Amino acid sequence: MRKRRITKEEVEHVAWLAHIELSEEEKVTFTEQFNEILNYFEKIDETDTEDVPPTYHVLDLVNVYRGDEAKESITREDAFRNASKKENGFFKAPRIV
Amino acid sequence: MPKPHELSAREVTAKIKAQEFKAEEYIQSILSRERKLDGEINAYITVTDEEALNAAKTVDKRVSEKKKLGRLAGVAIAIKDNMCTKGTRTTCASKMLENFIPPYNATVIEKLIGEDAVIIGKTNMDEFAMGTTTETSYSGPTRNPWNLAAVPGGSSGGSAAALMAEEATLALGSDTGGSIRCPASYCSVVGLKPTYGLVSRYGLIAYANSLEQIGPMARDVCDCAALLSVISGYDPMDSTSANLPQKDYTNYLRDDVEGLRIGVPTEFFGEGTDDEVKKSVWDAIYGFEALGAAYEEVSLSSLEFSLAAYYIVAMSEASSNLARYDGLRYGYNASKDGSDWSTAYSRNRRIGFGPEVRRRIILGTYALSAGYYNRYYLKALKIRTSIRRDFEEVFKKFDVLMAPTMPIPPFKIGEKIQDPLALYMCDVLTVPANLTGYPAISIPCGFSDGLPIGLQIIGKPFDEGTVLRTAYTFEKNTDFHKKRPKLE
Repeated sequence: MRKRRITKEEVEHVAWLAHIELSEEEKVTFTEQFNEILNYFEKIDETDTEDVPPTYHVLDLVNVYRGDEAKESITREDAFRNASKKENGFFKAPRIV
Repeated sequence: MPKPHELSAREVTAKIKAQEFKAEEYIQSILSRERKLDGEINAYITVTDEEALNAAKTVDKRVSEKKKLGRLAGVAIAIKDNMCTKGTRTTCASKMLENFIPPYNATVIEKLIGEDAVIIGKTNMDEFAMGTTTETSYSGPTRNPWNLAAVPGGSSGGSAAALMAEEATLALGSDTGGSIRCPASYCSVVGLKPTYGLVSRYGLIAYANSLEQIGPMARDVCDCAALLSVISGYDPMDSTSANLPQKDYTNYLRDDVEGLRIGVPTEFFGEGTDDEVKKSVWDAIYGFEALGAAYEEVSLSSLEFSLAAYYIVAMSEASSNLARYDGLRYGYNASKDGSDWSTAYSRNRRIGFGPEVRRRIILGTYALSAGYYNRYYLKALKIRTSIRRDFEEVFKKFDVLMAPTMPIPPFKIGEKIQDPLALYMCDVLTVPANLTGYPAISIPCGFSDGLPIGLQIIGKPFDEGTVLRTAYTFEKNTDFHKKRPKLE
């Protein structure tokens, strides 16, 4: 392996940012695999893009709006159909504070 | 007499309209094929047999009443399981969406129903379309009909395998970094990634939305062109949909490449590309030359950086897109009453997502995080511009580019799955078309040890007509597309 790009602690931190729990074993494998992948990503340093603008997406479309008109949508019943926890017409979320 | 499941879509519709057989009989023959073969191949996650038979009966009724029928009347189409089908489970091959029943149809589904196509089922794929082999599926791997020990390619592996095993007559796939073209190449079918914006993405479960397109898959170019004609077109429900006139792509299908200018990018034939693959693709290019086209080798220096740039962009977009899966409104939810939000959310996502999805979300989060944004994400977007500029330049001189679809022939199931980077490398020839948004097709052009090889043809934006005409001409002068594996 070439240069170490990311430590196990950093993997833990980023996984926390992404809200994904990892097992101890996975933290180790992911750290190894991420280092390998990030080493490959170093390739992009070989090209100079100082004056090149970024491409966020390829179509020359900017700010596509629709008219502000009310249209038929899915029913409330349908909107709740896939939720596993609901109460009195609300989605039931875990405790936040 | 060929059996109904062997026929092309246009033959099926013609025979149903001419009352040579009933749509119901034909759908039965597809379903019995599925029952016989899919235990091993595993192309489908869900088979909608009852709904399909009902739809077929409706078509038969309309035939007997002499009512007008749609362009794909009665034709069995397999849908990749990342496109929303109202009332039919749509899992994305993930535990996260194992029980998700969409309350609406994707635009492409509405268009298919409008032309009387019959949805036969939802096909297997890599989880959330993240993969090159269909091995990351929560529903288990799909097997390649040409060799059951080999991968069918991915991520739309179920759609390609269903076509080659004649468990469907048409199929839809989606392509973010090669996910239509790779399995098309590995299963010896035709698969087209349209120009970005040509086909509505409304109802496609997002992975990396600046890169992906839904596209047609079929056993020949003519069916592929007909299916594209049905699913393409402007859709106000997709803000990245291109507002262009509707086209019938079958009008472009002529056996004629006289004067066609073919560019052959040398970077696509590098040391990572297998010799037999190179040979088959070069044979195809010489074939075009013999038919009146002219080729020239060309170098696109920015291609060297395309794979790294692609993965950085795709993972970054994935981390943002998949943040919506909290298990609350839909999706896997095992949270216990009283647990705090952060723990519940993180646990749902640990159990709901498989390792490759988690890997990409975490790496994408890393690439977008403070201190790394400029280093990775922004840099990748700039490289994306360089590749686009290279493409614009080279297409001033050429009508199409030709290359292999995949650098290596299909490999064994399990061979690379423990090595994520080795799998990413397999996408090196397909990702440039996604980064630039250009249309690209894969068509059968040879075999290596009994396993298929695909020719990739890349065209100018919204010039699917030329890409399809070129592919059609190849097909008219070769018979790779007629070969079938022995399955019974």
